[in-house]
Amino acid sequence: MELLAYVREAPEPEDPPPTLTSGALAWARANLFSSPGSSLITIGFLALIVYLLPQLAAWATTRAVWSATDGAVCRQDQDGACWAFVIAKWDYLRFGSYPFAERWRVNVAEAIGAVLIVWLLWTNAPRRAWGALLFFVVYPVLAVILLRGSSLLGLPIVDSLLWGGVFVSLLTAAVGIVFSLPLGVLLALGRRSSLPIVRLMSVVFIEFVRGVPLITILFMANNLLPLFLPERWAPDRFLRPLAGIVMFSAAYMAEEVRGGLQSLGRGQYEAALALGLNYLRMMGLVILPQALTLVIPGILNNFIGLFMDTTLISAVGMTDFLEAMNNAIKDPVWAGPTIMVTGYVFAGIFYFSCCYGMARYSAHVERILAKGRN
Amino acid sequence: MSRIIASPDRDPFADAAIRFAGVHKWYGSFHVLKNINLTVGRGERIVICGPSGSGKSTLIRCVNRLEQHQRGSIVVDGVELTDDVIRIDEVRRDVGMVFQSFNLFPHLTILENCTLAPIWVRKMPRRDADELAIKLLTRVKIVDQAHKYPGQLSGGQQQRAAIARALCMTPRIMLFDEPTSSLDPEMVKEVLDTMTELAQEGMTMIVVTHEMGFARQVADRVVFMDAGEIVEMNAPAPFFDHPQHVRTKLFLSQILH
Repeated sequence: MELLAYVREAPEPEDPPPTLTSGALAWARANLFSSPGSSLITIGFLALIVYLLPQLAAWATTRAVWSATDGAVCRQDQDGACWAFVIAKWDYLRFGSYPFAERWRVNVAEAIGAVLIVWLLWTNAPRRAWGALLFFVVYPVLAVILLRGSSLLGLPIVDSLLWGGVFVSLLTAAVGIVFSLPLGVLLALGRRSSLPIVRLMSVVFIEFVRGVPLITILFMANNLLPLFLPERWAPDRFLRPLAGIVMFSAAYMAEEVRGGLQSLGRGQYEAALALGLNYLRMMGLVILPQALTLVIPGILNNFIGLFMDTTLISAVGMTDFLEAMNNAIKDPVWAGPTIMVTGYVFAGIFYFSCCYGMARYSAHVERILAKGRN
Repeated sequence: MSRIIASPDRDPFADAAIRFAGVHKWYGSFHVLKNINLTVGRGERIVICGPSGSGKSTLIRCVNRLEQHQRGSIVVDGVELTDDVIRIDEVRRDVGMVFQSFNLFPHLTILENCTLAPIWVRKMPRRDADELAIKLLTRVKIVDQAHKYPGQLSGGQQQRAAIARALCMTPRIMLFDEPTSSLDPEMVKEVLDTMTELAQEGMTMIVVTHEMGFARQVADRVVFMDAGEIVEMNAPAPFFDHPQHVRTKLFLSQILH
C-alpha cells in the first residue's frame, strides 16, 4: 500500500545484479545464434571459411615451392605459391640497385632508425625527449650521410637513382610523416590566423594541393622544381618526389588539425590569454596538445594513406618496393604462371602489416589518452 | 549619467587600480558599453550586477583586453590598454580572471594547471612553482586533488582550482565573471567562501554575480548596469535598502523575490 508520508528506518539492501550470462556459450548464443536468420548467416559464413581457409593455407605453405634456383620448379608446380622467387629476389626487393658492397650502410641506417622509433613510440620509455631530439635532429643528418655517402668519411657516394626497394618505401614514408605533420600544423594555424595575408596564403596552398591528384604534384615537383632553380641547385631526383609527398600530405594534415582546433571552445584560448601566455605559448602549451590529441585517429589515418601513396613515386622514376616487385616479376629467368600472384600477395602482406601496425598503435595511444583524461 | 559616490574613508581617485574614462564599445552596430566611467581603488571590492545582456561581463573582460573598447580609455595599474601587445601581456600577468565555465586546461592535472603560467610566464623554477601551487591549493582546500585531472573534480572543486590557478600568478587584481552561475546549488557556498576569504585579505576584486548576499556582505560598492550603461552605484546597504533609480528597483524586486 502506498503511503502519503514516509520516513525510512533502515537502509535498502544492496543486491547483486540479476544473473549475468557470461562465458563463451552465452556470448555465441547472444551474438551468433540470436535468431534463425542470424544462425543461418553464421553457419553459411562458417562453411565458407572452412571451405576456403585450408586451400589458402595449403597454397601458401604445403603446396608452395620454398627453394629453387630458377623458375623451372615453379613452372611445373603450379598449385602453390612460389616463395623461392621472393627469397631469390629478396636482396633486390630490399635494396634496389644499391651497390652490394655498400648495403651494410642501409642496414645500419635502418637499425638506428628502428631503435629510435621504438624509443619514441613506447609510451612510457625513459627520456623520450632525448629520443625525439636524436630522431628529429641528429638522425636525418646521419641517415643522409650513411645512405648518400660522404667523401669526407670515406663512404663512396651512392646516387639516389640507384636506391630502391623496401628501404626507399620506408624512407619516403618516414620523411613524409616527419615533415608533413609540423608543416600541416603551421598551415592549420595559418588558416586560422588573424593576419589576412597569412590566412590567404595558407588557404590557397591547402585548397590547391587538395584539389590536385598526388601524381600531378609529383610530376610538377619532378619537372617544374628544376625550372625555377639554378642548375647547380637542382634538387636531387629523389628529393623532388619527397618534397611533393610532404606538401601533399601536409595539406590534408592541416585540415585534420584545423578540425581539432575548431573543436576547442573559446574558453581555453581566453583562459590562456588571461594568464598572460603569449600566442606561441598559448598554442604550444594549451591549444595544440588538446587539438592534436583529439585528431590522433585522423592523423594516423593520414599516415596510413601516405604510406600507400609512396607507391606513386615510381611514376617519376624512383624504384619503391612495389616497383622493385614489378621489375622482379618481369625477370625471364623466373617467368611462370604463379610468379605474379606470389609477388603481389607478398607485397600485399608487406603493406598490410605496416598499415595494420600503425592502426593498432593508434588504437593503443587513444586508449592511453582516454585513461588519463577520464 | 553615472555619479560616483565615494565611501567616506576612501578616495578612489587617489590610488586607482583600474580607471575607466568614457569607455564605449560596439559589437558590430550594437552599442554594448555606453560611456562607462568607473574608478576602482586599490583593495576595493566591486560587485557588478544587472540583467543578462547588460554589458557587465563585457565590461570586466575589457580590463584584461579579452574584449577591446573602441572609445575612451582604460588604465589598469597605471598602464593604459592599447594595441601594444607587450604591455597587454604585462597587464594580464597582474590581473587574474575566473570564468563562469572554469576553463581549466583538461589535458593538465590541477597542479600543472596552477604551475603552467608561473613557470612559462614568470620564469619561476618548477620547484618554487610547485610549492606555491600547493600552498594556494591548500588555501582553497583542494590540495588532495592536486594530481587529478579537471574532469575528475566536481564543479565547485574545479572553480576553486581555477581561483588557485589565477592566484598562482600573484595578481594584484582579480576579475570574477559569474563564478557561481554554472555550479550546482550545493557548491555555490564553497566558492563564495573562498572569494570572501580573498576579499578579507585585501585583494582588489571586480565580481560580476547575481549572488546578492555575497554583494551585501563583501562589496565596498555595488554597480548596477542595464542596457550597456551604469545605472546606479552605491555602497551595498543603501543600494539594497534604498535603490534610487526605477530600473534598479525593478531589477532588485525581480531578483530578491
